[in-house]
Amino acid sequence: MPINHFAKGVKTVPTTDSSRVLAPPAPPGWDERAPELPDFLLTSPVWTDELVHESGIPVVDVPFLTVGGGMGSFAMIDCLRIAGVPTNQMKVLTNLRHPWENYAYLTGVSQLPPHYRIRSDASSMPDNIWGFPSYAVRRAFRSRSPRGFIAPLWNVLTENVFTDYWTPLAGEVFDGMRREADRVGYWDCVAHGQARMVRRRAGGGYFTVFTTQGAHKQRVVYRSGYVHLAVGYPSIRFLPDMQDYRARHGSGHRFVNAYEPHEQVYTDLVARPGTVVVRGGGIAASAIIHRLLNDREQHGAATRIVHLLRTYVDGPHGPSRFMRRRGRLGWAHQGFNWPKAAWGGQLKVRLEKLEGEDRRQLWELMAGSTTPYRRGWQRQLAQARRDGVYTAVGGVIDRVDRAEDDRLAIVYRDNATGTPRTLAADFVVDATGLIGDLRSHRLLHDLVEVSGAARNLWGRLDVSPGFEVRSLRNGAGRLFAAGAVTEGAYYAPADSLLGLQYAALRVTDQLAELGFCHRIGSGRSIAQWCRRMRGVAP
Amino acid sequence: MTPTLLGRWQSRLFVLATAGLLWTLLVTPLLPVGFATVSETYASTFAAIGLTAGVGVLLWEPVYQFLQQFRWEKDWPAMFTLLEGIPEGALVFFLLRDVLGFDVRLVPFLIHFGTTWLVVFLCLHGPLRVVSVRWRFRGGRLL
Ligand SMILES: Cc1cc2nc3c(=O)[nH]c(=O)nc-3n(C[C@H](O)[C@H](O)[C@H](O)COP(=O)(O)OP(=O)(O)OC[C@H]3O[C@@H](n4cnc5c(N)ncnc54)[C@H](O)[C@@H]3O)c2cc1C
Repeated sequence: MPINHFAKGVKTVPTTDSSRVLAPPAPPGWDERAPELPDFLLTSPVWTDELVHESGIPVVDVPFLTVGGGMGSFAMIDCLRIAGVPTNQMKVLTNLRHPWENYAYLTGVSQLPPHYRIRSDASSMPDNIWGFPSYAVRRAFRSRSPRGFIAPLWNVLTENVFTDYWTPLAGEVFDGMRREADRVGYWDCVAHGQARMVRRRAGGGYFTVFTTQGAHKQRVVYRSGYVHLAVGYPSIRFLPDMQDYRARHGSGHRFVNAYEPHEQVYTDLVARPGTVVVRGGGIAASAIIHRLLNDREQHGAATRIVHLLRTYVDGPHGPSRFMRRRGRLGWAHQGFNWPKAAWGGQLKVRLEKLEGEDRRQLWELMAGSTTPYRRGWQRQLAQARRDGVYTAVGGVIDRVDRAEDDRLAIVYRDNATGTPRTLAADFVVDATGLIGDLRSHRLLHDLVEVSGAARNLWGRLDVSPGFEVRSLRNGAGRLFAAGAVTEGAYYAPADSLLGLQYAALRVTDQLAELGFCHRIGSGRSIAQWCRRMRGVAP
Repeated sequence: MTPTLLGRWQSRLFVLATAGLLWTLLVTPLLPVGFATVSETYASTFAAIGLTAGVGVLLWEPVYQFLQQFRWEKDWPAMFTLLEGIPEGALVFFLLRDVLGFDVRLVPFLIHFGTTWLVVFLCLHGPLRVVSVRWRFRGGRLL
């Protein structure tokens, strides 16, 4: 059993696979225990130094601040270190112990534990801004056998032609990040706690209110010229039918979301035969179905799976010959969350140039739930179809109730006929993770409501192509945002490992123009890459 | 890297003008060319590089970019770049021998063109990202 760092003394459910993460990282709750801020601060969107001084809260000056401390903040600090910024010029405000903690938690519960493949390519490397040598090369050179050496290299050479995309294991990504964090001195920048709000400072720059973690909560105000927000998802929203079910029946253990711990579903299904409805067509749905089928094969579970898809894809689909995505038997197939060229190719270039309705159209065309075509999964699914234990249906759930025998009675509407149908199941696993509104996050709520940050066409933060929150530019000060909160702006894969690095690079370029750091030109790039290869500090 | 047309042009010209030329300088004297003088051999290997650049910019890259439009991902797998060498090599050989009248032989040409293609391919799949961190986010554009 792995040591559970986050829930000491809490009994964990026995699992059929002991290597997964069960306890969530401490959520960024609302710091109720800390004393309220004085009214004169709460109500004014722009603070003066005197006003803050009057409040008696200690002020700490630090030129650059990143809020979040997840993958996005890590990429940002790494990039700025490479651009020559010393660690004492930057602070990371976070509730996480290490930058991959929330990522590891969310992938773990949605059935992608550390020894599983994640969904990004060999050169999406949070620990290496150059993406070279890639994870595949790294794996090849660590291998002890000729076959182990050749296999990953052959795979990246032939990927998406003769083979599936090569993808790293989650554990490989975390190990690399740990080494890079040590190398660049990331840990020296971290302050544990919760950022409460960011307000503009009269005369330029920003104030960030921070409550430290631990028994003695202490409030600190950081005064900085540049603030970077990488707070991840404002919240993970559960669909109304699930909330409704839970409100009516109290216990939620039969109707669960993929992004919350639900190990008991698998344990129960190994212990006794049952039917499970999996909703959603994304990677989480694939991973859950894969887990259920593995439990059948390896632990003798007698599970029947009904896969419910809102959009049943039965073939290649898209508006034109030039925009047609693969799909069959219910699923839409795509290597990654976005078409590959959205990271740095022609789709990225095109999106950056579009405004308004045109931009929305391209976003919507590229978005949608997809899952990678992986031969192993396909074989397993095909076998399960033949055995009659896996069926995919197009439809939407109308209502879920508890039946007499304590199981679930599901009423769903069939896409083809529109007629309501009923289904008895033991569990529903909802694999449609929805991202909550900005207002569900305290700091973002404040940013929108009090400071007046503008929103984009998806209702998220409106940022420039360089990830600046333009509406809150303040004198020489700059506010940046990265990750899911910027979706709907000019860069589609904002919430991805490589997208967060791209954002970090764009921010670094702008800070270089403002004189805060060096520009990573060819000379610096080559020199810094050599330092990285030697494993020495930047 | 998922290329744009501008990126394709720039990457091709840059890598041929750096790694491609350097490799040609090194490998030309070692080619099995019989009694041909070194300067004659250099003339034909440099011409081969020049043609690869010129024909690539004018003909091949636009064709590849057009074919890329039929791919949903708008990407260009590594395998394609490697295989492009076959039609490109054949066309350059034909142009050198039958149009420009160079006295090229198949074996030395294959050695030179094949190894240069491999060097260019390798540069495009890694080292160029070190020369410019932004390259892969700009569809292969360097400027
Ligand atoms: C299940 C899953 C799988 C994914 N797989 C891939 C993949 O394979 N490849 C890929 O490229 N991308 C993937 N992604 C997308 C993306 O890479 C991750 O979501 C990534 O973790 C995003 O990083 P982030 O920094 O934006 O957010 P996070 O890593 O979540 O970090 C943000 C952190 O900020 C903290 N925070 C929020 N507010 C405050 C506050 N006020 N004060 C202090 N701290 C705060 C939060 O607690 C959170 O931990 C995946 C996402 C999910 C959910």
